[in-house]
Amino acid sequence: MLKIINLSKTYQTKAEKKGLFRQTLVLDQISLQVKEGEFVSIVGPSGCGKSTLFNLISGLEKPEQGQILLKGREITGEKGHVSYMLQKDLLLPWRTVLDNCILGMELQGHSRKECRQKAQALLDEFALSAYSRSYPQALSGGMRQRVAFLRTMLANKELLLLDEPFGSLDAYTKSEMHEWLMSVWSKYRATILFITHDIEEALFLSDRIYVLSAQPAQVKISLEVNLPRPRSRKMLVREEFNELKKQLLQALFE
Amino acid sequence: MKKYLPSLGFFLLLLFLWETAVRFLGIKEYILPAPTQILQSLGETSALLWEHSIQTISETLLGFILAIGVAIILAMLMGVFPLFKRSLYPLIVVSQTIPIMAVAPLLIIWFGYNLLPKVMVVALVCFFPITVSLVEGLEAVDTDMVKLLLAMGASPWQVFKKVRLPGALPSFFAGLKIAATYSIMGAIIGEWLGASKGLGVFMIRSMNSFLTARVFAAIVVISFLSLAFFALIIVLARVVMPWQQHNS
Repeated sequence: MLKIINLSKTYQTKAEKKGLFRQTLVLDQISLQVKEGEFVSIVGPSGCGKSTLFNLISGLEKPEQGQILLKGREITGEKGHVSYMLQKDLLLPWRTVLDNCILGMELQGHSRKECRQKAQALLDEFALSAYSRSYPQALSGGMRQRVAFLRTMLANKELLLLDEPFGSLDAYTKSEMHEWLMSVWSKYRATILFITHDIEEALFLSDRIYVLSAQPAQVKISLEVNLPRPRSRKMLVREEFNELKKQLLQALFE
Repeated sequence: MKKYLPSLGFFLLLLFLWETAVRFLGIKEYILPAPTQILQSLGETSALLWEHSIQTISETLLGFILAIGVAIILAMLMGVFPLFKRSLYPLIVVSQTIPIMAVAPLLIIWFGYNLLPKVMVVALVCFFPITVSLVEGLEAVDTDMVKLLLAMGASPWQVFKKVRLPGALPSFFAGLKIAATYSIMGAIIGEWLGASKGLGVFMIRSMNSFLTARVFAAIVVISFLSLAFFALIIVLARVVMPWQQHNS
């Protein structure tokens, strides 16, 4: 589905002295793959360039080197192929929950009425219909992230990028969100690339995890998470889980 | 409403002090009329005041709408062409150092004594706060929101329509509120310089005949109109931006 080959990105930063530019290599020959319907996470120390990777895949920035393929077609530097979600929910405050959900479809030129019907059905399914006419302001952080995720999913893109979407939520809400996300995902099998620095989160959610090194980011290991689905919180204390966690920690801190 | 009670009470107290001072000190009516005399004058001249008010209100509304139209066109052009903004915006700011009182006579020379120069004065007064607030509102857009739309394949026009414009509305209405409080004043200034009808004319005529209570009556009407105009903008803001009601 998504194939990234030898992707490198350099930023020019102004040095202390006037007129001098320093080249900072952020991503160094990153290669990774996400199969259709797979949930893949990228874990790495903060500031390692995870979000840069994100900007490259979404087409907001261009790499110096390497290719990004989606379904076998090169999309390097092209916008419009993915939808994403950040820690900031980025819901439009002037749109109701329902109208926020249809944003992506609307951009593709579908009629509002048609979009609303589709979104309403999804909101009903995931017990959010009571909020469909509310403005985002009236919602709690967890609820807003749920709406943001449904909007991301309803944009009908082949790939969803999630960049630390639950980073600002408290531990309890976060774990609720994980179970909710799994329930939506297992039903619709969207292809997801998930960025986080929370190892347990990555293990709980993913089919596979890539560990990145500190800057310049390189892929250190790729780890298959062969834990049975559906997963529950009980899994967090199982031996296999801890074994995988140990491997991840080793890769991160070696 | 309750939060305004203290200031309302204080205002009534001031009126009472004014009334007693005028009566006890025996101040002549043409120097300073008492509040009751002003009220009486308001009643006596209500038909006349109404007629003049209609003129002033229409000048104000026309000027206000003209200012909004020009502000929207300029703000959008400045949003689209950065060079245009860099050329024009500083000039607009500097132009505000020219007192409107100094420009108004020129408008009378150029456009005569009819409706147009008053409308122009109102538009000139209102144009600045509306333009500035709109330009700043359009610029204060959340860049992450813009990025999100672009990544989903939105065109620049879609970004403008769906994010920039609605995002600028709160700031735009803040500018409208300021302009609304100035607008009536603009019309009055225009009328002072030469007109046959309007509250400004009514004031000048009353002043020339030493009918000071009438001057005050006109002041009361002018403040009332300004307040009403301000309230109208607030109501309009609530209708246009229903999502903002949680705040206010």
